[in-house]
Amino acid sequence: MEEKLTLFKNRKRFGIEKNIDIIFKNTALVLSSFVAIILLGIILVVFFQSFESFSRYGLKFLVTSEWNPVKDEYGAFTAIYGTLVTSFLSLLITIPLGVGTAIFITEDFVPKVFREIIGSFVELLAAIPSVVLGLWAIFVMEPFFRAFFVFLHNFFGWIPLFSTEPSGRNSLLAILILVVMLLPIVTSIARDSLNQVPKKLRNAAYGIGASRWKTIFSVILPAALSGIMAGVLLALGRAMGETMAVTMIIGNSNAFSWSLLSPGYTISSMLANQFGEADGSQVSSLFYAAFVLMILSLLVNIFAQWLVKKFSLKY
Amino acid sequence: MIKTNKKIAKNIILSLENVSISYGTFEAVRNVFCNFKKGDITSLIGPSGCGKSTVLRSLNRMNDLIPNCSLKGTVLFDGTNIYDKRVDPVEVRRRIGMVFQQPNPFPKSIYENIAFGARINGFTGDMDELVESSLRKAALWDECKDKLNDSGYSLSGGQQQRLCIARTIAIEPEIILMDEPCSALDPISTLKIEETMHDLKKNYTIIIVTHNMQQALRVSDMTAFFNAIEYEDGDGGKVGYLAEFNSTKKIFNSPKEKITQEYISGKFG
Amino acid sequence: MNSLYYQKRLSRNIGDKFFTSLSVICALIAILPLIFLVTYILYKGGSQITPELFTLEPNPPGDDLDAGGINPALVGTLIITTIASIIAIPVGVGGGIYLAEYSRGGAFSRFIKFGVNVLAGVPSIIAGVFIYALIVSTKILFGSMYSGLAGGMALSILMLPSVIKTTDEGLKLVPNELRYASLGVGASMYTTILKVTLPSAFRSIATGVVLGIARAAGETAPLIFTALFSYYYITGFGDLFYEMGSLAVLIYNFALEPYDAQNKLAWAASFILVLSILSVNIFSRILAAFTEKTKRV
Repeated sequence: MEEKLTLFKNRKRFGIEKNIDIIFKNTALVLSSFVAIILLGIILVVFFQSFESFSRYGLKFLVTSEWNPVKDEYGAFTAIYGTLVTSFLSLLITIPLGVGTAIFITEDFVPKVFREIIGSFVELLAAIPSVVLGLWAIFVMEPFFRAFFVFLHNFFGWIPLFSTEPSGRNSLLAILILVVMLLPIVTSIARDSLNQVPKKLRNAAYGIGASRWKTIFSVILPAALSGIMAGVLLALGRAMGETMAVTMIIGNSNAFSWSLLSPGYTISSMLANQFGEADGSQVSSLFYAAFVLMILSLLVNIFAQWLVKKFSLKY
Repeated sequence: MIKTNKKIAKNIILSLENVSISYGTFEAVRNVFCNFKKGDITSLIGPSGCGKSTVLRSLNRMNDLIPNCSLKGTVLFDGTNIYDKRVDPVEVRRRIGMVFQQPNPFPKSIYENIAFGARINGFTGDMDELVESSLRKAALWDECKDKLNDSGYSLSGGQQQRLCIARTIAIEPEIILMDEPCSALDPISTLKIEETMHDLKKNYTIIIVTHNMQQALRVSDMTAFFNAIEYEDGDGGKVGYLAEFNSTKKIFNSPKEKITQEYISGKFG
Repeated sequence: MNSLYYQKRLSRNIGDKFFTSLSVICALIAILPLIFLVTYILYKGGSQITPELFTLEPNPPGDDLDAGGINPALVGTLIITTIASIIAIPVGVGGGIYLAEYSRGGAFSRFIKFGVNVLAGVPSIIAGVFIYALIVSTKILFGSMYSGLAGGMALSILMLPSVIKTTDEGLKLVPNELRYASLGVGASMYTTILKVTLPSAFRSIATGVVLGIARAAGETAPLIFTALFSYYYITGFGDLFYEMGSLAVLIYNFALEPYDAQNKLAWAASFILVLSILSVNIFSRILAAFTEKTKRV
């Protein structure tokens, strides 16, 4: 604008505008590096806070299950086992359900309108806060499954996973509520990956007389596999870090048991439950547990990203 | 009368009787009658939007994949209306194979690309031999015999298309449908595919859609010219119909219809 | 010659039928509980809604007759999410601008993008733990420990990756021609971004950001030991430095109470939370569909 007043005598930009440009760029640069600073900050803070506990218990912390603030003895095995077992088992249930649902809404079994309604409904459910799911789990899911758990114990009690009398809140309920949380994630990512498989591959298979499911299993699923895998890993990360719904339904007990029908613990539910009122070396041990959780979810996440990068753009 | 019909019927492998195809409420092709002779190469030509590809895809029920696509009339193959409710479209596609406009090999090795179709069709013989003979028939063997385990995508576009032809041959269909197989290819690859088609003629019936009239003239025995006219009710939409069907020689040298004459002389399209 | 007719007994047809039914069953198992969940929350929570709910303080558990209202939690959620937005939106939009407009895919921007994805995957409770260590236990905010401000900071960590991502993706959708047009008449980079690119990506960025805020409003884990909880009305600016209630933490605390009156309050709070989150989501979906339609015409 000012340039016009000078009648183009000086086409060079005024110094002040040049400076604004540079300041603007550098502000954006600094703001973008905040992400890295926060991430690094989280890792360092959690690591240093857990240092006391780490130097006292070392790696023994990971394999002992004593958690006794009175005696000042800490080991997180129960919580680590709980974290792994709830997240993996819930994923094991979710994968077939989610992928099956994704296939249902990408094939033409029902008219497109219905499929789109189902698809967006599933996505909407991902938006429901986990604390609300926890509330629902306590008052609706637990009574609903009570009889089934008794049945499980009576008939499959010889399997260690069902070897105890079912308690009101237990790991199996946590697994089931995790399934409800993970289903939308797995379903929508699987659907997107299936939709991205080029149509010409389906044509190719149909054109040489492959049946629908032969086509799905031998051509479409393999082509969508990396995307589905990445979605599954993201869901795994979410399951390991999920706090509220699990804390509300898992029973929060540090007594170790193989059985899913007895109360359990996960790292995040332990943090939610104890952090507020902990002091002394208990705090450091909780930070140690948080550090373990963070490393687990970092590994899963990085692996997922690597997978996406490695296998995307193949076709 | 009946006798002659039977005599013709003996050589007819596929016949369309009063076929109309619609996408939803939009009618794409109307009232097509057409007989395809065994062992012939038949070209379907015509301006874009005349429904020639739609007709081709209806011949092995690939149109089933398009939502809302419906067909009226009968398509007789081997004495059966393939649109009969009792017919299994998978079975139809096993006997009427298809090569598509874009080369579409599977993301598998060259060998697997051919073996896959044969296996799902229940092939129990020597797979290596089948792969070799199919690749030979598609004139691709010499170029890829040393890299059968490479991905199908490592081949050039023309080679990929010939791989797709080999894949179709491997399931031993009676008819091969080709939907503008050379439109994505360079002239040299096109020539090679045309040579391949000549060789295949001995054993297969081929029906090909092409927008290239020279190609139709070079490869085919019979030519069907499709055209599109505006609806009578005149809302601007067009519907395709079969304008003329005759031997390629006659179509290009002495067409009966004026519109055919205009099209082949390049006045429109 | 084998017949063209469909044969039921064929193993391939049996297999196809079997797997088709299996996928239908999967879809049913997946969808039915979800439908039940939503209707139950809306029904059970909706039946607890009264006008007093919005104006009263909750009564401390123990009095089973009257639980009071959720006013402090409602206001607290609004305040905490506002604080989180005030922090996360400028930082996130700025970072997104850098990634989309300035970076040329070098090592730094790839590292930042990687960081964004990793941060998005950090469990939400870890954000709470981090702010606890950094702000709460050090009493760095004028000597206050648990506070609404700390809660807002913890939430902002969770919002940040999604804001950066939506900004980055929104800006990348702006056609380069538009940038060239502006730069081509001699506009400087910042004018181009502020006057041309950002405005044309505004709607998609705003949608993404609003969805991020909606999600943050339901987050509980980062708040339970940063903002903690409070039963009392929020009356002034100074209350930012004290414990602050929120709908999410109220649901958590009152769900675990043995008293029916408190449980009902938790359902009522769930109703409000779910209804507002779902309506934001549905509204943005409709908006997006509408935008797409008008663009195509």
